[in-house]
Amino acid sequence: MTTTAETMPYAEAIAAFEPVLGLETHVELGTASKMFCSCPTAFGADPNTQVCPVCLGLPGSMPVVNRMGVESTIRMGLALNCSIAEWCRFARKNYFYPDMPKDYQISQYDEPLCFDGWLDVTVETDDGPRAFRVEIERVHMEEDTGKLTHAGGATGRIHGADYSLVDYNRAGIPLIEIVTKPIVGTGELAPLVARAYVTELRDLMRSLGVSDVRMEEGSLRCDVNVSLNRAGDDWGTRSETKNVNSLRSVERAVRSEIERQAAVLSSGGRVIQETRHFHEDTGRSTPGRSKEQAEDYRYFPEPDLVPVAPSREWVEELRGTLPELPSAKRARLRAEWGISDHDFQTLVNGGALELVEATIAEGVDPAAARKWWTGELARIANDREIELADVPVSPGQIKHIQRLIEDGSLTDKLARQVIEGIIAGEGDVDDVVAGRGLAVVSDDSALLAAIDQALVDQPDVAEKIRGGKVQAAGAIVGAVMKATRGQADAAKVRALLFERLGVSE
Amino acid sequence: MTAITRAEVEHLARLARLQLTDDELDHYAGQLDVILQSVARVSEVAAEDIPPTSHPIPVQNVFRDDVARPGLDRSAVAAGAPAWEDDRFRVPRILDEE
Amino acid sequence: MTTMEGDLTRQSATVLADAMAQGEVSAEEVTRAHLDRISEVDGDVHAFLHVLSDEAVEVARGVDRRRAAGERLGPLAGVPLALKDVLTMSGVPTTCGSRVLEGWRPPYDSTVVERLRAADVVILGKTNMDEFAMGSSTEHSAYGPTRNPWDLERIPGGSGGGSSAAIAAFEAPLAIGTDTGGSIRQPAAVTGTVGVKPTYGGVSRYGLVALASSLDQAGPCARTVMDAALLHAAIAGHDPRDSTSIDAPVPDVVAAARKADIRGVRIGLIKELGGEGYQAGVSQRFDEAVEVLTDLGAEVVEVSCPNFEYALAAYYLILPSEASSNLARFDGMRYGLRVGDDGDRSVEQVMALTREAGFGAEVKRRIMIGTYALSSGYYDAYYGQAQKVRTLITRDFAAAFEQADVLISPTAPTTAFKIGEKVDDPLAMYLNDVATIPVNLAGNAAMSLPVGLAPEDGLPVGMQVIAPAMADDRLYLVGAALERALVDRWGHLLIEEAPDL
Ligand SMILES: [Mg+2]
Ligand SMILES: [Zn+2]
Repeated sequence: MTTTAETMPYAEAIAAFEPVLGLETHVELGTASKMFCSCPTAFGADPNTQVCPVCLGLPGSMPVVNRMGVESTIRMGLALNCSIAEWCRFARKNYFYPDMPKDYQISQYDEPLCFDGWLDVTVETDDGPRAFRVEIERVHMEEDTGKLTHAGGATGRIHGADYSLVDYNRAGIPLIEIVTKPIVGTGELAPLVARAYVTELRDLMRSLGVSDVRMEEGSLRCDVNVSLNRAGDDWGTRSETKNVNSLRSVERAVRSEIERQAAVLSSGGRVIQETRHFHEDTGRSTPGRSKEQAEDYRYFPEPDLVPVAPSREWVEELRGTLPELPSAKRARLRAEWGISDHDFQTLVNGGALELVEATIAEGVDPAAARKWWTGELARIANDREIELADVPVSPGQIKHIQRLIEDGSLTDKLARQVIEGIIAGEGDVDDVVAGRGLAVVSDDSALLAAIDQALVDQPDVAEKIRGGKVQAAGAIVGAVMKATRGQADAAKVRALLFERLGVSE
Repeated sequence: MTAITRAEVEHLARLARLQLTDDELDHYAGQLDVILQSVARVSEVAAEDIPPTSHPIPVQNVFRDDVARPGLDRSAVAAGAPAWEDDRFRVPRILDEE
Repeated sequence: MTTMEGDLTRQSATVLADAMAQGEVSAEEVTRAHLDRISEVDGDVHAFLHVLSDEAVEVARGVDRRRAAGERLGPLAGVPLALKDVLTMSGVPTTCGSRVLEGWRPPYDSTVVERLRAADVVILGKTNMDEFAMGSSTEHSAYGPTRNPWDLERIPGGSGGGSSAAIAAFEAPLAIGTDTGGSIRQPAAVTGTVGVKPTYGGVSRYGLVALASSLDQAGPCARTVMDAALLHAAIAGHDPRDSTSIDAPVPDVVAAARKADIRGVRIGLIKELGGEGYQAGVSQRFDEAVEVLTDLGAEVVEVSCPNFEYALAAYYLILPSEASSNLARFDGMRYGLRVGDDGDRSVEQVMALTREAGFGAEVKRRIMIGTYALSSGYYDAYYGQAQKVRTLITRDFAAAFEQADVLISPTAPTTAFKIGEKVDDPLAMYLNDVATIPVNLAGNAAMSLPVGLAPEDGLPVGMQVIAPAMADDRLYLVGAALERALVDRWGHLLIEEAPDL
């Protein structure tokens, strides 16, 4: 394929084409045991220590469905306003791959457990928040594959590897797959809608307690479908971008695919139906296999498992266990906190809502709680390109730090150093304060000694202050702060200085 | 039903991961054709309103409780492996994309 | 030590168990006698792929010790058994008659083995079979054919020819078989023994290496109906590890075998399974047995199952489809054979070379058919339609069971054929199962028991008795009554007429 321009600038692309999105999201459920066997699901265990004949696909072994997997899926379906099937079956999806012990995946095919739902999401625009309803096609249950490590070659990537190693601990971990109907009418907001949708799914699953959704452990994975068409035309050919494993990547993947397809189409080319692979490092995707050589999965009903026919009583019982859902909670909190739509949306978009709520619940003043999570901690998350929730500082630690500020033991600046220390793994708040010697120097004699020294070092400045030029005091205060390595309260130093010189401010 | 071609047999063999020899391809092309012609009889049954049977005995809703139990010792897991390295199954290089 | 010793291998499991319980003979002696018999004749018969000589004696000694200590043991304690090589037994080679699993020792017991151990049955070894149970002659074993003890030039049936031959050759009084389309019943028929396919879900499939999951069922093989009943009772019952296992009490098959009274029992003769295509001697012995049943007070009626004519076609779509998926895991990655891994070939190439080298012709043939039948574009016409035929066959059975308590037919259209006669004529081979297949499609229970020798070739003929799902006891009721009447007439079990090896 020859290319004139690889991509078209986003604004131009959106001016010329309308995007249609589709998202398929896989999330590992937080069950204690696997979907079809009793092996534990703990993350990070030694390779091949959480396996049995069933999840290794040993000849003769047979699957048995984890009730919790079914219940979690139904609860998620209910939270997504889905209908719950009265009767459905598992199906085998047949294809050969060494990370798949049976060379088929037990999944669902034309009879998903949940179908026809919707999820409302909100994105921030220049004209204020805008709501979109994302329609849900289906929610179904399936099993995860093992984990491949590529050895030899230079990069540790699949390409150029000499061989691979397989750990089946992950094989058989329950997955829930959530598939949207085509999402239309988002225009330039497409990348933000995609991100807001996945964020909302994540929050929903966390609030339902069906999954922790640990994104850094790869427990949420998205396939992003994108097509473009000119206004009034039929939908275009779609590509499917795989491996999109973070909220930020979802947004970037949609954006970059719009830019790429727009370039192809506007140069008279044809978008081919293909699977593309997203690369976190570059934010771009590369082509994988095209549909022309696609696998034929030969789905058929799984004969080793019997149908699932959830009684309506069971479904209603599960509906009764649904907690306050994130959207309802947001409405409540916005009212309780009494902040503007814009500020509230900033909290939501930054993933700070739950954290602020938890911090307030710890007893921190609401304004201070919001300031921490949208200020310093948001900056850290941004710098490190991680989710706010994944910054390793807890609401309890914030409460602790805030209390130290309030009683004068820490300044804001010192508090930021404490956070730095916690993230660097230097321990809890007290450990960092002690380890780094961060307590505010509040001992007057020590401060006075430093002030006297500064006055001696800068006699001309001292003279100016005595002469009534109070604005010159900054030089002395600065010197004292430097001498105490920033551990003094500047306001206090200033007061002591004037007192010392017998000058009033 | 149309006769099964050698190319189709080749395609099926690829799907099924069978590295058939040329002789086998010829041989199977003939045999599969005969067998498939014969089993195609099922289409003679007018079965529009007949539900399919995937499971012979109508049992449903069989679940187990979500309780984790230890699986196999790793030594037992490794014992059957054709190749084992670094506590994992060693497999040949994978050419296609994930 | 005992008066029985000289002919221990000729005894039924029931008699042996009784003698052991009475202290007339030890389990060790019984086991050694059968191991000796195996050494003596198995070179010719080739029923076994692996003999557990030392282990079996060890288990038998344990039984003797526990009995001596006064422990109350089960009705089959100390009785030797031959296990079809398709069921896993921890640490013991399990090949399924295939090269692809050569040398594989599973790290776990199948539920059937677990229950045999719990019943203190002494497992003598693993028996030969058509590769992955695909076949009706045991010629499709990667380890060479098993021979019929009645005539070593002939097939012992399949796929469980090793199990039927072991029993017929007096190498074991009991065996476990598995029946996907007749692999317990047809071998029983051609070796003059008794074989039962229990109701689908009656015996756990956990640890049974799957051929076609919706059809497979393990069951007992024996020389008498009562022996089969005792073994059936030992292995049957709900297993939470098999989701398709039926969670209900096992029908009392032993009591039924003991009762053996069929006065007033309605027996349905299936019109479509007989007549044309059935060997004359098979039809003759079958008809005579029907007369015996009438004499015993049963009421014989004719029933029609019009959709059975599509059963073979449906079966040869459903079986290969499920098999193509079940056998995908034999890819050389986790266990068993790996071929062509030279450090340069890709995983796809190594998988394809391994499967090419590891599977025999019949297995490849069926994998290809199954792959075809499931592929998009063909699914509805083949697999989908076959499943509808399955519904129709189940309805035929339901209608027939309105008129009769059990149904009967010849088990197989012919007596044992010659080794090599049909080996590369798949359609001819498939016809052997024409009478047994409908039962698997519907999930019913069925038994084959010997009803005489065909006059033209002097080889055994079997009658099939079919019962509704979870009415397995009716098989034993009818089978035991017929067996008793025939033994009275012959003066001995039919198997006694088998030539000396
Ligand atoms: Mg999926
Ligand atoms: Zn497991």
